[in-house]
Amino acid sequence: MRVIRNPRDFYAGALFIVIGAATILLGSRYTLGTAARMGPGYFPRILGILLIVLGGLLVFRAARVSGARIPPFRWRPTLIVLGSVVLFGAIVRPVGVALSTVILIVTASAASHEFRPRESLVAGVLLAALAVGVFVVGLQLQLPIWPGQD
Amino acid sequence: MEIFHHLAIGFGTALTAVNLLYALIGALLGTLIGVLPGIGPVATIAMLLPTTYSLEPVSALIMLAGIYYGAQYGGSTTAILVNMPGESSSVVTCLDGYQMARKGQAGAALAIAALGSFFAGSCATILVAGVSLPLSALALKFGPAEYFSLMVLGLIGAVVLAHGSLVKAIAMIVLGLLLGIVGTDVNSGVERFTFGIPELSDGIGVVVVAMGLFGFAEIILNLESTEKREVIKTRLKGMWLTRSQLREAAPAVLRGTALGSMLGVLPGGGAMLSSFASYSIEKKLAKDPSQFGKGAICGVAGPESANNAGAQTSFIPLLTLGIPENAVMAMMVGAMTIHNIQPGPQVMTSNPQLFWGLIASMWVGNLMLVVLNLPLIGIWIKLLTVPYRMLYPAILLFCGIGVYTVNNTSFDVMQTAFFGALGVLFAKLECEPAPLLLGFVLGPMMEENLRRALLLSRGDALVFATRPISAGLLLAAILLVLVIAVPNIRRQREEAFQEA
Repeated sequence: MRVIRNPRDFYAGALFIVIGAATILLGSRYTLGTAARMGPGYFPRILGILLIVLGGLLVFRAARVSGARIPPFRWRPTLIVLGSVVLFGAIVRPVGVALSTVILIVTASAASHEFRPRESLVAGVLLAALAVGVFVVGLQLQLPIWPGQD
Repeated sequence: MEIFHHLAIGFGTALTAVNLLYALIGALLGTLIGVLPGIGPVATIAMLLPTTYSLEPVSALIMLAGIYYGAQYGGSTTAILVNMPGESSSVVTCLDGYQMARKGQAGAALAIAALGSFFAGSCATILVAGVSLPLSALALKFGPAEYFSLMVLGLIGAVVLAHGSLVKAIAMIVLGLLLGIVGTDVNSGVERFTFGIPELSDGIGVVVVAMGLFGFAEIILNLESTEKREVIKTRLKGMWLTRSQLREAAPAVLRGTALGSMLGVLPGGGAMLSSFASYSIEKKLAKDPSQFGKGAICGVAGPESANNAGAQTSFIPLLTLGIPENAVMAMMVGAMTIHNIQPGPQVMTSNPQLFWGLIASMWVGNLMLVVLNLPLIGIWIKLLTVPYRMLYPAILLFCGIGVYTVNNTSFDVMQTAFFGALGVLFAKLECEPAPLLLGFVLGPMMEENLRRALLLSRGDALVFATRPISAGLLLAAILLVLVIAVPNIRRQREEAFQEA
């Protein structure tokens, strides 16, 4: 017999329990106070307990009622999409909006299974012009356009 | 009549050149993202929030509200023409709207959708104006105990009507509340859950959370599916309604407006629920229900009116009580907070121009949408032919610039990426992100009211049950949970029984 009949509920529950426990553990440094004079640790403690209870309910239920499996994670789009944006955030100031936009568009496009390098480069250049026009010139956001302008 | 005096203030604000311009921008952007699948109003508002810093608060809110109701219009356009709901609220419009289009009545379907929406929007605007005064007056009498209970009811109400598991949704609310209190505690000055990171001492930004969970995660999930989006060609002809069609659809518009206005006020209500409810009612009332799904004009007129009315009246709890009832309203709370406006009943008296200006702008924006939408349909359809592989990097770019410019720090971008990854994980585990966002914006307010309520009662938790209004609100919340949970438990017992 399988113990975990509903993997989605089970792992969601487990996640909530872990977060709840971590909240109580980390929150134990904050003064609890009393109900009438609540310290900074009071409300988080309540929330932590609630999370553990709700997570427990999910885990308990997952052992009794069966459900669908967790759909597989596809790492490629996740890593490329998030990675390209983080990279953009890191380089936009030193490198400027123009170049970092091209880099973002080309790297992010690689996440798609229909990636076309040349097309994405063209799109990157066009969008870079648009971004500079709208955000730096139009909305006057304090961002450098070219490298070394910061 | 006081209400006319207020509306006069409102239109005075909404009809200034600047605010007209922002209403137009909002409505057009809303239509655009309503047409495009893969990006919704929550992510768009998050994207644009940073650019509204320099604006007057009322202009900013007018633009952001325009995105919400513009998205309703855009969503229905693609539903009718290419059988693809741009927004969740226009799912039912596909059923009959697309069939009408196939029969060569695309113009009629679009026209009744636009006119129905406008009529519904106009009625709902008047309703918002009329109900706001008494509700705000009532809410001003609320003490912290009542407020706490109201928030509990609001949060619970918002999740019981949503689909999916109730326990998960409540857990997501709690997680949201927890994320909401990260940062410096206002009462003690203690930094909570900041892990010593100085950027976190001001708390986590609403833009960061919303864009991660609703923007980035959505893109990643879209990229995971390998199916190709078909580009469909439709011909537009017969742009206008016949008199008999109008006569047939008029009662459906009226019913949809009434239904949407009511459902919109309920927590968890708003556009989507209203359109589904209206469709099933129209089908029940129809002389010939078999026509539904084959191009019945009432199946377009009712839901389209209902979703717009619902979108409009869902502003009522936000404007009068300060309680957001869906994820878009949570973003509006975020926008108000960024502009140093504490949402709640006091906004109406402390900031009448903002309050009535926003309400009046909804009507103005709806009018603009009717006038502009029909001629612009050709452009919207062209946009649909842009393949997703070119669309999502552009969305990412605007998100990236938006997040970065909130505080001009790459730390925010990393945080957003973290919430994006979290959003993907939640989607795999079937945990809805909307309740988390609601909890997130209400977290600090909820803690403060709990603290004050218990301070006043000298620590007696029974205060929530002994004060009649508070007790009533909590009772309503408990009833809601029971109504949903009891049949659920029974069903699960049966399932377990069958398996054993």
